[in-house]
Amino acid sequence: MAAEFLMARDVSFQYVPQRGMPAPPVLAHFTLALTEGEFFCLLGPSGCGKTTVLNLMAGFLQPTTGRLTLADRPIHGPGVDRAVVFQSDDALFPWLRTIDNVAFGLRMRGVPYERRYAIAREYLHLVHLDGQEHKYPSELSGGMKQRVQIARVLANDPQILLMDEPFGALDAQTRTRLQDELVEIWRQTSKTILFITHDVAEAVLLADRIGVMTQGPGAQLSTIVTVDLPRPRRRGSPGFGEMWEQINTLIESEELGRP
Amino acid sequence: MKSVRLEEQEQARTVTGSAASRPRLAKLFSKVRGEHILYVASIVGMIMLWHVIATTFFKPQFFPSPLMVLATGREMLASRELFEHMGISLQRILTGFLIGSAIAAPAGLIMGSIRTVRALFDPYTQFFRFVPSIAWLTPVVLWFGIGEVSKVLIIVYTTTFIVLINTMVGVAHIAPNKLRAAACLGATPVRTFLHVTLPATLPFILTGMRLAMGNSFATVVSAEMIAADAGLGYLIFNSRLWMATDKIFIGIVCLGMLGLITDRFFRYLIVRFAHQYGPIE
Repeated sequence: MAAEFLMARDVSFQYVPQRGMPAPPVLAHFTLALTEGEFFCLLGPSGCGKTTVLNLMAGFLQPTTGRLTLADRPIHGPGVDRAVVFQSDDALFPWLRTIDNVAFGLRMRGVPYERRYAIAREYLHLVHLDGQEHKYPSELSGGMKQRVQIARVLANDPQILLMDEPFGALDAQTRTRLQDELVEIWRQTSKTILFITHDVAEAVLLADRIGVMTQGPGAQLSTIVTVDLPRPRRRGSPGFGEMWEQINTLIESEELGRP
Repeated sequence: MKSVRLEEQEQARTVTGSAASRPRLAKLFSKVRGEHILYVASIVGMIMLWHVIATTFFKPQFFPSPLMVLATGREMLASRELFEHMGISLQRILTGFLIGSAIAAPAGLIMGSIRTVRALFDPYTQFFRFVPSIAWLTPVVLWFGIGEVSKVLIIVYTTTFIVLINTMVGVAHIAPNKLRAAACLGATPVRTFLHVTLPATLPFILTGMRLAMGNSFATVVSAEMIAADAGLGYLIFNSRLWMATDKIFIGIVCLGMLGLITDRFFRYLIVRFAHQYGPIE
């Protein structure tokens, strides 16, 4: 296994006090190390600070204390090496056609016209959106929009994908399909993925390792569980059920741990 | 036998003939929807009501009937007097409106995006938007003379604050995820401004322009009433001196129609060229 790739060392985060009222810290002494190429799920009770972790790693927020690095380079702000897939489709650009949304990053980076559309087409194919190139986001279903988001970040060839509950707003059937497709995309592209979710089954299905967070304020990582189920994983298999049970117990004890 | 067959053929021909014309007629009627009929009924009804009220309760010089207004309108069209008034008003409105929008949209985008610029100019925006343009008429006429410049400037002033504030609201309404997505896709702040902030704000700019168009009409009339020798506002105010109520009504009807037409045209442009930006209807 490669050395640590994405690293958060002893990170604390606190919002700036408003009107002299000190805000409680969202994260306190949070440490997490991801290895290159792994699929890591960050799981925790809602409101515990999962999204804050992702926003710090994306560079949208700056830690109050502690250090964040990607491949030993410190993270100071947003960068093309770390791509974010948002839960909400309001991250797409509704005035651009699907293909232009996917080619946006390439365009911003000055990739020539022909080349960027060739790449965009390739990634639209990867997420099964052939034939939808010329539609606007408003003409696509919720699941298709999330596929566009995934294609858009992959086209930019980042080192890591940061995914913030990307399937959280989808119906159960679409979510199941996209979970399977994401595993397939991960296998084909061998990108490192940090995936945030509060759905235990989703984490067990997707992850190599699952990090369970403590209940905030001052949240940190409580346990890391390695999911050694063979892939492709089946949701109904006995091993899956056991793993689900184990993680769910951890989460519940976490939720009960602090009022 | 033969004749029967001929008849059958004839029948068949007529059937196909009417079948071919029926869809064409149906297509025509399918475009005329229930609401269109209501529109027309509403307009006809209002004119009839106007006629009844005007002829029963009022002397013609207090409230002229639609027929009188129509007759005066014909006369004024024939003498080209009406075209002159409409032309000059519309010219003032459009010039001021376009200059005002051209100043306000970029200014609003920059003020909305850059906090220090906003802090510098926001006090003035909040102050002057409550000062009606017409309050400025005398100083503006003193400074710029009684000519076209003053009237256009007054409309520029009206337009600017409405478009400016709408644009700033638009910038504030951009989903933070869009700006974040652009940043991690490799867009520099300048490119984010051009490729995300600008298109995302366009519906708000266009809405602001539509609102400003309405205010430009109001402003031009006030300005022409006080300081002009042509235009619809002048027509309305000057007719007061001669108790020519029919001419006042001509002015009112023309303002409404011009407003309606320019707004429809503007809406057509929005739908035609900016539908994917999600304009607010």
